Amino acid sequence: MEDSFENMDPLQIGEDYRDKELAGKAARRIRELASDEKQTYKFMHVCGTHEYTITHSGLREILPPNVKVIAGPGCPVCVTPPEDIALAITIAKQPNVLITTFGDMMRVPATGWGSLNSARARGAKVQVVYSMMDAIEAARNNPDLEVVHFAIGFETTTPPTAVELLAGPPENFSVIVSHRVIPPAQELLLKSGEVALNGFILPGHVCTVTGMRPYMPISEKWKVPQVVAGFEPLDVLLGLVMLLTQVNEGRAEVENEYTRAVSLEGNVRAQEIVAQVFQTADARWRAIGSIPESGLTLRSEFASFDVREHVSVEIEPPKFEVPPGCRCGEVLRGVIGPRECPLFGKKCTPQQPVGPCMVGQEGTCAIVYGALALKSES
Amino acid sequence: MCLAIPARIISIEEDKATVDFGGVTRVISLALLPDTAVGDYVLVHTGYAIQKVDRDEAEKTLDLWREILSTEDKTNP
Ligand code: SF4
Repeated sequence: MEDSFENMDPLQIGEDYRDKELAGKAARRIRELASDEKQTYKFMHVCGTHEYTITHSGLREILPPNVKVIAGPGCPVCVTPPEDIALAITIAKQPNVLITTFGDMMRVPATGWGSLNSARARGAKVQVVYSMMDAIEAARNNPDLEVVHFAIGFETTTPPTAVELLAGPPENFSVIVSHRVIPPAQELLLKSGEVALNGFILPGHVCTVTGMRPYMPISEKWKVPQVVAGFEPLDVLLGLVMLLTQVNEGRAEVENEYTRAVSLEGNVRAQEIVAQVFQTADARWRAIGSIPESGLTLRSEFASFDVREHVSVEIEPPKFEVPPGCRCGEVLRGVIGPRECPLFGKKCTPQQPVGPCMVGQEGTCAIVYGALALKSES
Repeated sequence: MCLAIPARIISIEEDKATVDFGGVTRVISLALLPDTAVGDYVLVHTGYAIQKVDRDEAEKTLDLWREILSTEDKTNP
């Protein structure tokens, strides 16, 4: 079963959260809380799945005009720096190497380099995996090849990488580590002041692992309210009620709407496993720049799994973060919406993505384009 | 990528579990969430259970919201 937003909840666990009457009441409460039209409220989410929920449920259309919900840098494949993609492509072209990675990474272009997909079309060995377990299995099944897993993703995706490295993968297995952590990116956006934010909708699935503590210093330092929210439209509406209430009451706290899956402490075992294998380091986010302590590198005990210990490779980093004309950087920083990019839907479509934000299930441009395409079909 | 899908645990064998995603069954890893039992609902991300889903908590929270949203808004009389 592939991860797919169309069927986020096949067991209908969140069924109660589809209560339309309650959603109506929440929307009404939002209007009441934002009844002072002179005050604008701008909230950012940092998760592609939230963007999907918000865009496809038409949630922005039912909010009062002075309540804005904008997308931030919540798309892991979009923020993966082009030099890492170029590295993966270069390695994939070597004989006796197989690259494994998640599906969404395949089509992300690095300017001047193409994508892993186009490299595969020209004969490079690249295999899409659903899980870190599949990557390990590929190494076991191909003892004559160096199998290199291109490990991307946020705090939800890092624990599987860590747990498999800890378990001792085969000798022909290594990783390109491009994992990122979210809170330092939030801090950077707050520090830059480029967009005046009144609060954050925190990424529910990331928080199932991290819990709520890593976000508390941000609320304290920047006096900004944050609410962990789930992924049904009602979850987001209730999260907004909580954020607006905090703003109106002058509070800046980390609160939890997604109580059915997120706790204060999160998944402590997963956190410990990650800390055993990785340490934080400064890291680049595509079209955003370097962010202190926002990436992970292997601790010295695990350095033998670093790709550079297995494959020797020199690359010349791509000259452009994104192709000229692509405004993905501003989209990721919440400065503009996709439709403000002149290439959106014209030169840039999910079939022919110009920039990374038009790729995959979590790219903001791709999600907005997908919803518009659905609308025009019906 | 950060999407996690709920599933119900059907059986457990060491650190693997067979789970039901509403008709589709699949073997997942419990390496990150060993403290689980058959019948539990878990969130699965890229083949790994990462957290339990507490259905009772969901109901309790929603009941609370029903109450809160039925009362008059006190901040804007
Ligand atoms: S629409 Fe395409 S070109 Fe424009 S910002 Fe998005 S990804 Fe870049």
